[in-house]
Amino acid sequence: MSEYRSMSEDEVRERTRALLEKIHPEKSDSVTFRRAQYDEGLAWIHFPEGYGGLNVSPKMNVVVLDEISKHSSVVYNDPPAGLIGIGMGAPVLLTYGSEELKKTLLPRIFSGEDIWCQMFSEPSAGSDVAGLATRAVRDGDEWVVNGQKVWTTVAHLSKWGMLVARTNPDVPKHDGLSYFLLDMESPGVDVRPLYQITGEAEFNEVFFNDVRIPHEYMFGKEGQGWRVAITTLMNERVAIGGAGPRKKGGGSISQLMKLWSEREKQNLSPGQEAVMRDRVSRLYIETELLRLTAQRARAAQKAGNPGPEGSVAKLAQADINKRLWETAVDILGSKGLSFEAGYELRQSAGVDASSTEAFAKYQFLRSRANSIEGGTSEIMRNILGERVLGLPGEPRVDKDVAWKDVPRS
Amino acid sequence: MNLTFTEEQDELRATVRQFFADKSDEQAVRAHMNLPSGYDGDLWTQMAEQIGLAGLIVPEEHGGAGFGYKELCIVMEEMGRVLACAPYLATSVTATNALLQCADEATRNSLLPSIATGETIATLAYVESSGCWDLSEVNMRAQSKDDGWLLDGEKGWVLDGVAADVILVVARTETGLEVFRVEGDAEGLTRSDLPTLDLTRKLAKLSFASTPATKISEGDQSEALERVLALTVVALAAEQVGGAQACLDMAVEYASTRLQFGRPIGSYQAIKHKCADMLVEVEFAKTAAYHACFSAADEPGELLEAASLAKAYCSEVYFHAAAENIQIHGGMGFTWEHPAHLYFKRAKASALLFGDAAHHREALATIVGL
Ligand SMILES: Cc1cc2nc3c(=O)[nH]c(=O)nc-3n(C[C@H](O)[C@H](O)[C@H](O)COP(=O)(O)OP(=O)(O)OC[C@H]3O[C@@H](n4cnc5c(N)ncnc54)[C@H](O)[C@@H]3O)c2cc1C
Repeated sequence: MSEYRSMSEDEVRERTRALLEKIHPEKSDSVTFRRAQYDEGLAWIHFPEGYGGLNVSPKMNVVVLDEISKHSSVVYNDPPAGLIGIGMGAPVLLTYGSEELKKTLLPRIFSGEDIWCQMFSEPSAGSDVAGLATRAVRDGDEWVVNGQKVWTTVAHLSKWGMLVARTNPDVPKHDGLSYFLLDMESPGVDVRPLYQITGEAEFNEVFFNDVRIPHEYMFGKEGQGWRVAITTLMNERVAIGGAGPRKKGGGSISQLMKLWSEREKQNLSPGQEAVMRDRVSRLYIETELLRLTAQRARAAQKAGNPGPEGSVAKLAQADINKRLWETAVDILGSKGLSFEAGYELRQSAGVDASSTEAFAKYQFLRSRANSIEGGTSEIMRNILGERVLGLPGEPRVDKDVAWKDVPRS
Repeated sequence: MNLTFTEEQDELRATVRQFFADKSDEQAVRAHMNLPSGYDGDLWTQMAEQIGLAGLIVPEEHGGAGFGYKELCIVMEEMGRVLACAPYLATSVTATNALLQCADEATRNSLLPSIATGETIATLAYVESSGCWDLSEVNMRAQSKDDGWLLDGEKGWVLDGVAADVILVVARTETGLEVFRVEGDAEGLTRSDLPTLDLTRKLAKLSFASTPATKISEGDQSEALERVLALTVVALAAEQVGGAQACLDMAVEYASTRLQFGRPIGSYQAIKHKCADMLVEVEFAKTAAYHACFSAADEPGELLEAASLAKAYCSEVYFHAAAENIQIHGGMGFTWEHPAHLYFKRAKASALLFGDAAHHREALATIVGL
C-alpha cells in the first residue's frame, strides 16, 4: 500500500455523479446518503477499495465534495461530533483493526451513526502522555481497566473510545502501554462533563471502574500501544492542520473580512485604520497559505499514515487562528466588551453563530485551545525540531527507568 | 492547482543545484561580489551556454529555451540558496518580461536573441529619486525630437544598471507610460554604482541629460508594466525562499554540532524552537512562492494577488530566517568571515526591492477589497 493508484479528476467526478444518480442528498437523510457514499469508495477516497475508498490520492477527496455541491443543494458534510472518528479513528482502525471490526465499524463512522472519542490524556499525563497511569490487567480473554482520563472530547456522545492504558508498569514508560477499542456502553465507564472557557462542556472526565474489554479489541500487540497512539496523533495533527477552508477566501477569513467591512469607521483614526487593515491583510495571507500548504501536502502525500511533518500545519494553524480572532475582537472595539451568549454552563457544544459578531466573540475564546489540544505548540516545536530537522533531543531523566519509579505530579 | 513539480522539473532543479554547487560556492561568491561588475563574466557565459539559463523564459522563436515560470522559479530558488552573483534578475527576468509584455515586434526580434545567449545584458529603470516602487510615481517625461526621443532626469536603484548594455526606461508621454530603449553608452547618460547594503547584487543611479532614446512600446503600458513588476516579484519571492532555506539549513547544522554546557545547543528548546518556527515559515514561504509561480504560468488572472501575497510573506520569512541564523551562531554569526551576514544583507535588500512587505500587503488589501 505504498503507492496510490492514479485516477483522473474527471473519473472521480464521474463516479460521484454515478453515486448521485443512485441516491441523491436532496431525497435522503445523511446516514443513508453517507453509507452509499462509503459503499462507492467515495468516503475516504485514499482508503483501499472495500473500505470506503478507491486507493487514490487524498487530494481527490475535495473533488468528491465539490462535485456533490455542484449537483445538490444539500451537502452532508462530516458531522462535527464525528470528526475524531472520521479523522483519527478510521485510519487507526484501518491500520490495526481486525477484518470484522473494519467491515462493521468503518461505514458507521463515516455515516455518523457511531461517534468515537480519544482517551489518552490523564490528570498527570498530558504532553507526557506516554507516562499515563490507567491500568489494564489481563484476566483470561479479557482486560480489566481501572483509572481516569481527562479532556475527553465528545465522550458523552461516544459509542467507541480509543483507549491507551498501562499493561506493564515495570518497564520504561513507552514499552508498557497497550491500545484498546472500548465500547463506551460497557459497565463501569462513568463520563462526567468538564466545563471550559466558553461555559460549554465539549470534553469530559472519564472514570473506569473494573471495566472489561475483550482481548480482540486490542489494537496492535500488548506493549505496542505507543506506536498505535502515535499513528492516532499524527492523523489528528493532519486533521487539525488541514481542517481549514478548501476555497479561496473561505472560512474564518471571510468572517474577519465581513467584520472589517462592517467596522465603525468613525471610531478609527486614519492611523488606526491603516494598522488594522495591515493586520487583516496579513491574516488574509496567512490563512490563504494555510489552505494552500494543506493542499500542497495532500498532493505530495504517499499512501499510508502521515509522518511528523503534519505538525507544520498544526503549529501554524494554532497561531494564525488565535491571532485572527484576537483581531476580530479588536475590530469590534467597545462592542467586544459584551458577551451576549452568556456563560451558562451547558453540555451542548457548538458555535454561537447567531451573528458574525457573536461567532467572533465565541471563537476568540474557543481558539485558545488550538495551541493546547492535539498536542501543545511547544510539543509541536519539539517534534519538528527533533523528528523533521533532526536536532538532538533533550537529556531524558525518565528514559531507561521503570515507569513505576518515575516521579509524577 | 497542485503546487507540485514534475519529474522533469525536479531534474532541472538537480542540474541547476549541482551547477551552482560547483561554480558558486561561498569562496566564489566572495570573489565575484568584489569584481567591478559584481559578477563573473565567465560564470555568466557558462550559465547561458552550458545550461541555457539566460534565455530560460525567452520563447524558442527568439532563440530562448521557451520555458515557463515554474522552471524560472526553480532556477531563482537555487540561485538564492547560494547567493549566486549574476545579472539574472535584471536581464533574464525583469527586462525579458518587459520586452515580452511591452515591446514592439522589431525590438523583441533584435534584443531577445542576444539576451538569450547572455551576450546582451538588459535592465529595467523605472523608480525615481522618491524611491517609491509604485508606477504612479514615475514622473520622467520623454520629449519627442525629430523622429526620436530625448530623456532627462534620474532613475535610481536600477538592477545592474552600470553593467547593462541596454536600459529599458519607463517614462511618460502624452499617451501615458511608455517604455524606451537606451543604449548603455548613449550620449548624455551617466551611470554610477550605488554603495549597496547587499554585496551580492549591484544597483545603480542613472542620470539622463537629453539622452537619445527609442520608444519601443505603443500606447500606455501601465497595465503591462504592472504585470512585469508582478512577474519580477514572483521570481524574487522564489529567490527569497532559496535563501531562507539555506539559512535554516545552516542554523540546524550549527545547532547540531556546537556544544555548550556539555551538549549540542540544538538540544535546548530556546534554539530548537527557533528552528522549528523557521521550518514552518519556510514551508509556508514555499507554498506562497510556488503558488505565485504556478499562477504566473497557469492563472494569469490571479497573478497580481498571488505576487503581492508571495512578496509580502517571503520577504519577512527570509529576513527572519537570516536574523535567527545569526543569533543561533552567536559571535561567529556576527563576523565578516561567516556567510551569515551575506544572507542577512541579501534578505533585507530583497525585501526592500520592488516594494517591501507592507507595500505588498497594502496592494493585496486593495485587490481583495479590504
Ligand atoms: C479543547 C481540548 C480538547 C481536548 N480533547 C482531548 C481528547 O479528546 N482526548 C485526549 O486524550 N486529550 C484531549 N485534550 C488534552 C490535550 O491533548 C492536552 O491538554 C495537551 O496534550 C496538554 O496536556 P496538559 O493539559 O496536561 O498540559 P501539560 O502537559 O501539563 O503542559 C503545560 C504546559 O507545559 C508545556 N510543556 C509540557 N511539556 C513540555 C516540554 N517537554 N517542553 C516544553 N514545554 C512543555 C506545555 O506546552 C504547556 O504549555 C484536549 C485538550 C483541549 C484543550
